[in-house]
Amino acid sequence: MIAAICFYIFATILVGSAVMVVFSKNPVHSVLFLILAFFNAAGLFVLLGAEFVAMILVIVYVGAVAVMFLFVVMMLDINFTELRKGVQDYLPIGLLIGFILLVEMVVIVGGWSMSDGIAITITAATPPANEITNTDAIGRILYTDYIYLFQIAGLVLLVAMIGAIVLTHRKRPGVKKQNIGDQVRRRRGDAFEAIDVKPGQGIGKI
Amino acid sequence: MMLEIGIEHYLTVAAMLFTLGVFGIFLNRKNVIIILLSVELILLSVNINLVAFSSYMGDLVGQVFTMLILTVAAAEASIGLAILVVYFRNRGSIAVEDIHLMKG
Repeated sequence: MIAAICFYIFATILVGSAVMVVFSKNPVHSVLFLILAFFNAAGLFVLLGAEFVAMILVIVYVGAVAVMFLFVVMMLDINFTELRKGVQDYLPIGLLIGFILLVEMVVIVGGWSMSDGIAITITAATPPANEITNTDAIGRILYTDYIYLFQIAGLVLLVAMIGAIVLTHRKRPGVKKQNIGDQVRRRRGDAFEAIDVKPGQGIGKI
Repeated sequence: MMLEIGIEHYLTVAAMLFTLGVFGIFLNRKNVIIILLSVELILLSVNINLVAFSSYMGDLVGQVFTMLILTVAAAEASIGLAILVVYFRNRGSIAVEDIHLMKG
């Protein structure tokens, strides 16, 4: 009963905020609604008994990805009203494609059923929740059977990090930076010159 | 029926999210930021599907794959935003229609 009420609340807010992500005029509002959608999706995951994925969703998506989106949206000085032009032109085709997709998925979900004759193959059965926590159970299979998947995920993140740094790094002219090598190599003769000044002539040009 | 939440309920929510994501891509064709947000919505609906099946079939592997999708989504978002920042530096706008000018 409580679970059903929670499900409907989370699902309603999730779909509503997804609508607002798409339709909102200001991209900052879109990002904020995306954060709300992620929080409600995390609530759905908790209802499904996947606490670890729910917490990962909140930490990674809300804490990192959505904040990164916010940074970029606020950093770039973009004329958003310019970009809103033409939305009316795309509305019919978007509605048509969205409607077709939704009908297709309703047909699939409505006609979906598990055949009786098929043997259900469960690769890693979920242990009972009163014996072991969800996080513990995931850790036991993630670091043993799926260690290569885990390593590849790390590699994907490393490549993404390198790619983002390479793309956005730039050398700007006129920016003075400390060069420790130059400072260490500097000798007395580079900066200091003894001039024998004749009386009455001044030092002239240096 | 209404008060017993089955896998169909979760699949329906995921289907609605997926449709909204695709719809958002078509609706905001000029704004790359909204397109990236819509892609995030689509990936979120895939995650909901995976976790729902994982929970109702009693198989933990779905949650492991959900984490892989999360990783790929984070990488995709960071690379996409980096390309967006570079593009904005070069052109001063993020209009999608002008991107074909960058070839060659």
